[in-house]
Amino acid sequence: MSGENPETAQNAGQNIVWNRDMVPPGPEQDAIVRGITGEISEKGFVVASLDKLVNWGRTGSLWPMSFGLACCAVEMIHAYMPRYDLDRMGIIPRGSPRQSDVMIVAGTLTNKMAPALRRVYDQMAEPRWVISMGSCANGGGYYHYSYSVVRGCDRVVPVDVYVPGCPPTAEALIYGILLLQKKIRRTGTILRG
Amino acid sequence: MAEATAPVGTRGSSCLSALAFTLSTTLPGIRSASLEGGELVVRAERERLIPLMTLLRDDPRFRCEQMMDLCGVDFPERPERFDVVYNLLSVSHNHRIRVIVTTDELTPVPSIHKLWPCATWWERECYDLFGVLFSGQPDLRRILSDYGFEGHPLRKDFPLTGYTEVRYDPDRRQIVREPVSLTQDFRDFDFVSPWEGVLTLPGDERAHELRQIMKKLK
Repeated sequence: MSGENPETAQNAGQNIVWNRDMVPPGPEQDAIVRGITGEISEKGFVVASLDKLVNWGRTGSLWPMSFGLACCAVEMIHAYMPRYDLDRMGIIPRGSPRQSDVMIVAGTLTNKMAPALRRVYDQMAEPRWVISMGSCANGGGYYHYSYSVVRGCDRVVPVDVYVPGCPPTAEALIYGILLLQKKIRRTGTILRG
Repeated sequence: MAEATAPVGTRGSSCLSALAFTLSTTLPGIRSASLEGGELVVRAERERLIPLMTLLRDDPRFRCEQMMDLCGVDFPERPERFDVVYNLLSVSHNHRIRVIVTTDELTPVPSIHKLWPCATWWERECYDLFGVLFSGQPDLRRILSDYGFEGHPLRKDFPLTGYTEVRYDPDRRQIVREPVSLTQDFRDFDFVSPWEGVLTLPGDERAHELRQIMKKLK
């Protein structure tokens, strides 16, 4: 940048229109703000669809039970790490099933682990969802014919989203989470049962 | 230190072959001791395993302080079908000695957990996967496979998919174990044609015929 003409750089900066609808600070902006706050204080409530509000809350704070079973867990960890940063979507890994909304089954589910997985799922509070991550969790994958592996974690828990891959990339897992959010927005309700 | 006078202190296969010579000529309970692929392999008699292992650990010529590994091998066609392989490491002499004994399903191998306490887990693993018994081992339980698992999976006569599979039973609200029913059959690759299932490819009739004959012969 040091060799460049500073004037042209400045001109380029002026050519960018950051927000066409922005009202610059001044009497006009004050009037709009006064109008909105006056409406709330006058009528005293905000109208919103309760289902939508609940779904907004649920999709915005999907706390996953971290159930890393094998190498897929590494990609799940990548998704949590600063580059993809699931925290910014309100997704914070929990160590306790009682605090979590979604279980990400990341890796090979063995016969010996199956009762523990089911118990953890049973301990999660409703509403709860399950993401099956990777070939092994989806259908046994590489270990489909093995004597010690469950041929798909949907034999043990009901699965909402299957993420394919061996292992799936962190992007794929995030896409799976986005699909789960879409599913919650479409089907989520405050009614129980 | 006194061990510094030990005759074996150098590295290389010449010192290993000297060890092999010592082992095969002077010590009882050894069927053979030789270099196989540059590694010293000692085939020993099962009944004299404990004195031999004690010697390999304590004698200044061998001084195998560590037992790195214990594994089993299954040869179903032999009368004593199992090999139990002990891999020993001497840190002070920087050499490794592999000791092999044989056994069958019923004859126990003397446990060496009093020489190397780590052997307990290895023996449990060998018992779990091969069904090899170890006498004098107070904690001979399964270590890897499922609770209540039946059979020894690394035996050659154990089927790959085992006998049972698990699923969650919503009525009983628990994980249940059931006989295996595969929804997808085993794949039978002949490793010649990539179009398995397509019986005869155009232009491939002769090769296909040969494959069928070979399959029948098998």
